Amino acid sequence: MSNQALPRPRFNAPEPERASKATLKIESRTAPLLQGKVSEIPDAVFGWAMRLCGIAVVALLGLIVYELMVGSQLSWHAFGWKFFGGQDWNPVEEQFGALPFIYGTLVSSLLSLVIAVPLSVGVSVFITEMCPVALRGPLSFTTELLAAIPSVIYGLWAMFIMVPLLRTYVQPFLAKTLGWTGLFSGPPYGIGMLAAGVILAIMIIPIISSITREVLTVVPQHQREAVLALGATRWEMIRMGVLRNARAGIVGAVILGLGRALGETMAVTMVIGNRAEIAKSLFAPGYTMASVLANEFSEATGDVYLSALIEIGLALFLVTIVVNAMARLLVWSVTRGQPTKGVA
Amino acid sequence: MASRRKGLPEMTTTSTAIVIPPISLWRRIVDRAMTGVAVLTVILVLLPLGAIFAYLIYKGIGSINLAFLTQTPKPVGEPGGGMANAILGSATILAIASLMGVPLGIGAGIYLAEYGRNRYGDIVRFVSDVLNGVPSIVIGIVAYAIVVLRQKHFSALAGGVALAIMMVPTIARTTEQMLLLVPQAIREAAYGLGVSRWRTTLSITLRTATSGVITGVMLAFARVAGETAPLLFTAFGNQFWNWKLDQPTAALSLQIYTYALSPFDDWHRQAWAGSLVLIVLIVGAVSAVRIAVRRGTLAGA
Repeated sequence: MSNQALPRPRFNAPEPERASKATLKIESRTAPLLQGKVSEIPDAVFGWAMRLCGIAVVALLGLIVYELMVGSQLSWHAFGWKFFGGQDWNPVEEQFGALPFIYGTLVSSLLSLVIAVPLSVGVSVFITEMCPVALRGPLSFTTELLAAIPSVIYGLWAMFIMVPLLRTYVQPFLAKTLGWTGLFSGPPYGIGMLAAGVILAIMIIPIISSITREVLTVVPQHQREAVLALGATRWEMIRMGVLRNARAGIVGAVILGLGRALGETMAVTMVIGNRAEIAKSLFAPGYTMASVLANEFSEATGDVYLSALIEIGLALFLVTIVVNAMARLLVWSVTRGQPTKGVA
Repeated sequence: MASRRKGLPEMTTTSTAIVIPPISLWRRIVDRAMTGVAVLTVILVLLPLGAIFAYLIYKGIGSINLAFLTQTPKPVGEPGGGMANAILGSATILAIASLMGVPLGIGAGIYLAEYGRNRYGDIVRFVSDVLNGVPSIVIGIVAYAIVVLRQKHFSALAGGVALAIMMVPTIARTTEQMLLLVPQAIREAAYGLGVSRWRTTLSITLRTATSGVITGVMLAFARVAGETAPLLFTAFGNQFWNWKLDQPTAALSLQIYTYALSPFDDWHRQAWAGSLVLIVLIVGAVSAVRIAVRRGTLAGA
């Protein structure tokens, strides 16, 4: 339809001093959307309803904190700070110490970072700086596909495919070459801290690499050109022009991955061995905060037991909050508050 | 050639060309080596992905049959049976979660984009990013405390609440982004015609951003569809058909977990089949909505 066919709207423009929204009248021949008086009330109602939704998001966080605090009261009064230093987890005698779980969570997450960080930075550098444009889309799509697989399926795969591989090939090899460090000693069960670290690494690679990629694309093009103009090779350009500029953002991405690894439950529970012990060797079974919750929460008998578990949940929550907040601030400082893809 | 550019002094034409020293062999080797390392990392990352999908299809496809899709689990140790009740249970829990989480998330997104360009909006934005990182098992504890403890038993409702809490931040943030992509001029055009603000937001801005918002909702949906941890002590699982919302309910992911940890080969086989069904359902739901958004009746303005 051409513009000519449209009836020309005629407005009786009111005098400026009389032009309040409430009295503005529009000709009846225009679209039904515009008929009638414009009232202030629906606008106010709608505005406050939306604000309420915004407040609800904050309230949700408040609710989580409140419920965890209330639930863990009993255990907090019984054990105090000793709870985090104690090594004894004995539901029968109602003695609870969370140290083995905290240790397991930290070690498995750090191990996963050691594996995942070089890989994800390598992938992001390849996708943003090296690969042909035609390959860029499919590659980033495929790495993000890893993020869509549910955790329990990772666990299933790890239990039946990855663990036997670790047991028969990787662990004997590590024991032979690096056994002297003490980190890779003991019987190769397959399941244990090492398996948990590897599966966690596979799971956090998508998140680290997608954020790293975003951060790398925000690095201004002229930085690259400047370094190239000075005669640098491509790798030197990437090292000096790109990675150095994106440092803070990459660290943010890594910390975000750490946050994900700390709270990951199912896959870890299925392969870590679930034994509340602190062992130096990565071959030994361990236990994490999330997996003790998964295994024992629904079977917890007794109020103190349940309360101790909720306190573990509270500790896990606080740690991930701090880690995530730190990561967000770092990523924001690079991408200037634009959430993703540099739009808006 | 430098001499052809205007305004350069005469002497450049007479002097010999500046000799750029060739890049040393070592630097070239390092450059090539690092390219090789980058390619290697890509292969190492894609390898597990390929392995997971290959095994899912290889182990899953042989185990899916009519009984698997239509029957409830057989008693322990007996071969056969299926996960039909778990598929239904997952659908119920996800429907409850979507009913609660989607409106709230979209509302929060509208607030952030249209009313929250200020300090308060920044707080909500930060909180929803932080909420996104809360471990799912912790959200399970909260749903347990809010719903299960009050009702005194596990239920589909509790599972739905847990998943809804997980959906809200993702939906809020993507909705916000999509609304911000709508040009300000379109809003101003509506205001200029005397359309009220709420009507502009719903009929003009949100309508223009429909496809993006739905993509965000599907992202959140796909993320919670495979969640297991928050359902462990909210929905709890069930071996039989269950039509009541306030009773323990089976879920596909829970069933996979239980079967994977069991000592029976037949149950392992069913766990693989269940995983394949779960992945197909997730990918299917997401792509169906995407296609509908792109060329169906849902296509936005």
